Amino acid sequence: MAIGDIRQRPGVVLGAAILLHVILISAQVNTASGLPVLQVVTFGSFSEVQRGTMAIIDGVRGMWSGYVALQQVQQENNALKQELQTLQVKLQQERAEAQRTDNLRQLLELRERANLDTVAAEVIAGAASVDFKTVTIDKGSSDSLDTDMAVISPAGVVGRIILPSRRASKVQLLIDRNAAAGALIERTRVQGVVVGIGDGMLRMQYVPGTADVKTGDLVVTSGIDGIYPKGFVIGTIDHADRGAGAYHEIVIRPAVDFSRLEEVLIVRTPPASRTVTEEPAK
Amino acid sequence: MRSAAAFAAILIAIAVQTTLASYLFRGSSTGIDLVLIVVVYVAIKSGPVTGLLAGSVAGLIQDALSGGIVGILGLAKTLVGFLSGLLGTQFIVTAPLPRFVLLIVATALHEGVFIGVNTMLNLRHFPAPYPSIVGQAVGNAFVGVVAFQMIEWFPGFVDRRRAGRFLKR
Repeated sequence: MAIGDIRQRPGVVLGAAILLHVILISAQVNTASGLPVLQVVTFGSFSEVQRGTMAIIDGVRGMWSGYVALQQVQQENNALKQELQTLQVKLQQERAEAQRTDNLRQLLELRERANLDTVAAEVIAGAASVDFKTVTIDKGSSDSLDTDMAVISPAGVVGRIILPSRRASKVQLLIDRNAAAGALIERTRVQGVVVGIGDGMLRMQYVPGTADVKTGDLVVTSGIDGIYPKGFVIGTIDHADRGAGAYHEIVIRPAVDFSRLEEVLIVRTPPASRTVTEEPAK
Repeated sequence: MRSAAAFAAILIAIAVQTTLASYLFRGSSTGIDLVLIVVVYVAIKSGPVTGLLAGSVAGLIQDALSGGIVGILGLAKTLVGFLSGLLGTQFIVTAPLPRFVLLIVATALHEGVFIGVNTMLNLRHFPAPYPSIVGQAVGNAFVGVVAFQMIEWFPGFVDRRRAGRFLKR
């Protein structure tokens, strides 16, 4: 069948495409464990494309600020204005540098306080689809990173590694619908499970209706999931309702601003040998 | 629209979605699906077959990059590409309003398939998806209509400028 004939039969092509996707989905759902090879290969290669894209964007930005903008200033032929603009740019660079230094200092303090084997990484890309809450970091298996390693920031828990490649890793954020963490309310030590809702907030489940829960209570990791070290801040209780069932309905506002993640720490200490710290990180 | 150009547009959309989108649409809790917008544009310009193939390729790449089950976004975007192509051949969708409506329908279909398959296979739970879908549909429609108008306005603008310069001489 020639390509021209195929174009005359859109129904056939649609049927074939749907069948292909259904077979593809079924094959994966039935698989018991392990990561699909397609994901690893595609992610590994595309992380290089993402790295290249960011390099091109940086290059264009550099060309713009270093050549085109200066040329425009030259055309204006106004030395005073030029000097003022240069100073303003320099001031912004200094501010950005100071902000970055502050971020790194906070990371360093967190690393010392946590007493865990950690490695710092930079966020290089966001999620490929709005339905998933993930980020890509610039460290991978070559830095001894592995699946299910916890990712934290000075503000609190960020998520866990779900797909490491050689030079980059995909991190599932705690706000993703599939994310979960063992948690406890710091004030009353009541335990539960925190899960992502997908809209930027978190829900704490399995907290008995008889438990003492108040808006503003701090929620920290309990460490029972074997992924997140104990005592790290998850967020604060935004509102709690005594639902119709046996459990409270608790919504948590995350401590981390996931839209502004730049640098993070990955905990490389294996879960079994993590030391128990009672005091929260923040 | 040539296949190579459509494929390149999809790759660029995915690269921008994963790198620049978080900066461009900061503050939006629902997010804008640039890849969906590109698939709809390719479909209305090239017809249902090219549309469904573009949707299939784009969705599969997104699936592979997202860490979920490979094929769900592929299936959703395949249907979106086909439907958009079909509507593009049956109706006149050159004005902003029909395109706005088409993008809203496309986003609703996409999210419906995505949520439906996930719920059916018990992979993810969506307690209250409607506000998120509405927000995403309006966001995609607005960004899409503006992008479509700019894409089609730019070549004409360049030609008019060239013609203007030629007449001045």
